[in-house]
Amino acid sequence: MGKETHAIVQGVTGSQGSYHTQLMLQYGSKIVAGVTPGKGGTIAQGIPVFDTIEEAKRRFKVDASIIFVPAPFAKDAALEAIASDLNPVVIITEGIPVKDEIQLMEIAKRKDTTIIGPNTPGIITPTECKLGIMPGHIFKPGKIGLVSRSGTLTYEIAASLTNAGLGQSTCLGIGGDPVVGLTFVDVLEMFREDPQTSAIAMIGEIGGNAEENAAEYIMNTKYPKPVAAYIAGRAAPPGKRMGHAGAIIMGKSGTAETKIDALRKAGVKIALKPGEVASHLKFK
Amino acid sequence: MKLFEYEAKEIARQYGVPVPDGILASTPQEAKAAFEKLNQPSMIKAQVLVAGRGKAGGIKPVTNAEEAFEVSRSLLSMTIKGENVEKVLVEQRLASKHERYVSMVVDRSSRCYTILCSTDGGIDIEQVADRSPEKIIRHKIDQLIGLQDFESRIVAKQLGYSGKQMNQLASIINKLFQIVLDYDAELIESNPLIETDSGEFVAADLRILLDDNALYRHPRFLERMKTYEPDMTALEIKAREKNLAYVELDGDVGIIGNGAGLVMATLDMILDYKGKAANFCDVGGGANEERIASALKIVLANSKVKVLLINIMGGITRCDDVARAILDIQKKMGITKPMVIRLVGTNEEEGQRILTAANIPSLNSMEEAAAKAVEIASKVK
Repeated sequence: MGKETHAIVQGVTGSQGSYHTQLMLQYGSKIVAGVTPGKGGTIAQGIPVFDTIEEAKRRFKVDASIIFVPAPFAKDAALEAIASDLNPVVIITEGIPVKDEIQLMEIAKRKDTTIIGPNTPGIITPTECKLGIMPGHIFKPGKIGLVSRSGTLTYEIAASLTNAGLGQSTCLGIGGDPVVGLTFVDVLEMFREDPQTSAIAMIGEIGGNAEENAAEYIMNTKYPKPVAAYIAGRAAPPGKRMGHAGAIIMGKSGTAETKIDALRKAGVKIALKPGEVASHLKFK
Repeated sequence: MKLFEYEAKEIARQYGVPVPDGILASTPQEAKAAFEKLNQPSMIKAQVLVAGRGKAGGIKPVTNAEEAFEVSRSLLSMTIKGENVEKVLVEQRLASKHERYVSMVVDRSSRCYTILCSTDGGIDIEQVADRSPEKIIRHKIDQLIGLQDFESRIVAKQLGYSGKQMNQLASIINKLFQIVLDYDAELIESNPLIETDSGEFVAADLRILLDDNALYRHPRFLERMKTYEPDMTALEIKAREKNLAYVELDGDVGIIGNGAGLVMATLDMILDYKGKAANFCDVGGGANEERIASALKIVLANSKVKVLLINIMGGITRCDDVARAILDIQKKMGITKPMVIRLVGTNEEEGQRILTAANIPSLNSMEEAAAKAVEIASKVK
C-alpha cells in the first residue's frame, strides 16, 4: 500500500465515514469515490458517491476499500468489496457479530483478499497513504513496522517512537475483535519480506492466543528482525470483557502473563510500559 | 451474554436435544409442587450465571417433597460468588453410565466454529486439557458448507460410539450446532452430556453464551439483558445503557480513558505503582463531552473512588476542547474529588494550561499521571 493505492470509502455519507474521508484526503490518500447504497449521484467531501462498487469501478481505477458501514450491514459491504476484487479491505466498524465475521473471513480466504480489521484503526504508510482513522501527524516515515490489536494505544506508542526519532514503515491495527482478518503471524511475515522494515513493534492484549502463536512463529523461524512487544491487560480480571470484544480472559487462557512469557522465551523484548517499546528498539 | 441453565435447556428442548425433565421455581412452595409433579428423585439446581456453583453447594439431591421445600428454601437464600439465587431448577435425577463433554466454540485463530469433545466429561475441561490433552477431540467446521452429518458421525465415533448410538449422538451434535447458528452463540457447552444406563444421551447440563454484538437479532435476550443481568453490578448495567465499556474492580483509583487498549495499559500502570484501580472505563476513540460526562457520573458513583485519573490520547480530538469540557462538567456536576488528568494530542499545551490554571494536575506522561494518582489515593482518608 502506498502513494498509488486508489481507494473507495463504503459508508462515505455517515458521520464517521464523511469526517474521516475528509481527513484521509487531507493526508494525501487517493480516495477516488464513495459508496452508499441509495445515495448514488450525490457528492460527499468533494468526491462522487455511487450506489454500488461496480459503478465506481467503471469510472475510476479502484484497488482498495475502507468500510465505515454500521455493524448490521458491514458483512454485506465487505462481501461487495471482495466480490469486486478490491484488496485490501479495511473494516473500521466495531460491533459486527462474530458469525458474520467467520463467514466473511472464509470467503475472503477463498478469494485471497486481505481483510484488515474489523474494529481496527486501519493502516498507514507515513506520508504516503492512510486508510484509517488514526491521527496522521503522529506518524513519521522510517524503519519500524508497527502491528497492534488496539487503537489509541497504537497512537500512544507510535507517538513515542516518533518522539524517539524512530519513524515507521507501516503501522496497522489487526483489530480488537475475536475474529479478524490478519494475525500477528501474517503481519510479521509481511514485515520480514519488507525491505523498508528493519524492526517490529508489536502491541498485544489479553484474550485469544494470537500473541502466543506469534511467539512460536518467531522462535521456529528464527525471525531475522528484532521485535519489541507491549501486552496490555496485566491488571484485567478473568471473565470480563475489557472494551474490545476480543479482550477477555476465558478460564486460564488469554492472560497477559502467558503471552509475555511466550514472547520473552522467543527472544522478544518485553516493554512493561508503552513508552519502553521505543527504548527497546532504539539501540537496535 | 450468559444464559441461565433453564433458558439454555428451554432452547435445547425446542431443537429436540434431550434434556432432563425439569421445572423452574422461584419459591420453596413452587419447588415442592415441582417435585410432586416430577414425582421421582430429583436435583435442585441454583440458577446463577457464575461458574462453579456445584462446588459452592448450589446443586443438591432431594428424595421427597419436604426435602425439596427445605433445600430450595436454603438455596434461594444463598449468594453464590456475589450472585443472589433468584430461581432454582427442580430436575429429574438421571443415573449415568458415562459422562461426556461436548461443546462448540469460536476458534479465534482458525476463524471458524470448532467442536470440542471428550470422553472425560463432568469435570473442568481445562483440567482435561492440562492433564491429558490427547483426550480432547477437535473438529473444525467449514462455515460455507456448514456442519455435515458425516462429520458429526465421525465425532461421535471418536467418542467411542457405533451403530444406533453413533447416529443418536451425531444428531444431537447437529442440533447443538443449529442452535449456535440460530442464536449467534459464541459457546454452547454440555458438561456433562450423559449416557444413561439404557444407552440414551441427555444433556444433563447446558451452557450457552450469546454474542453481545449479535443481540440486535435476538430482541428477547436484548430486552432481558437490559432489565436483569445478575453477573453485572448496577453501575455496569447503567454504563452499558450509555454505551460505555465499564468494568467495576475493587480498588480506589477511578479510571477513565479513550480506547480499550489505552485504558488497560493505564490499569496495568496503576498496578505497577502499587495502586489499585476502581474500574475500567473506556469512552471510545473520539472523546466527546457528553460521553466524558456520562463516564464521570458512573465512575464517581462508586463510593470507593478516592481519586480520578483521566487519560486521554487526543489524536484528532483537540485537547483544549477536552480540557474545557472537563472543567465544564466538573463545575456542573460539582465534583469535589481530586482529579489527575493526562491529556496529549492536538493543542496539548493549551489544554494543559487550561487545566493547570484550574488547579488540576495535568501531565503529559502516562507514567507520571499514574504515579500521581496513586500518591493522592494513598493520602486521602
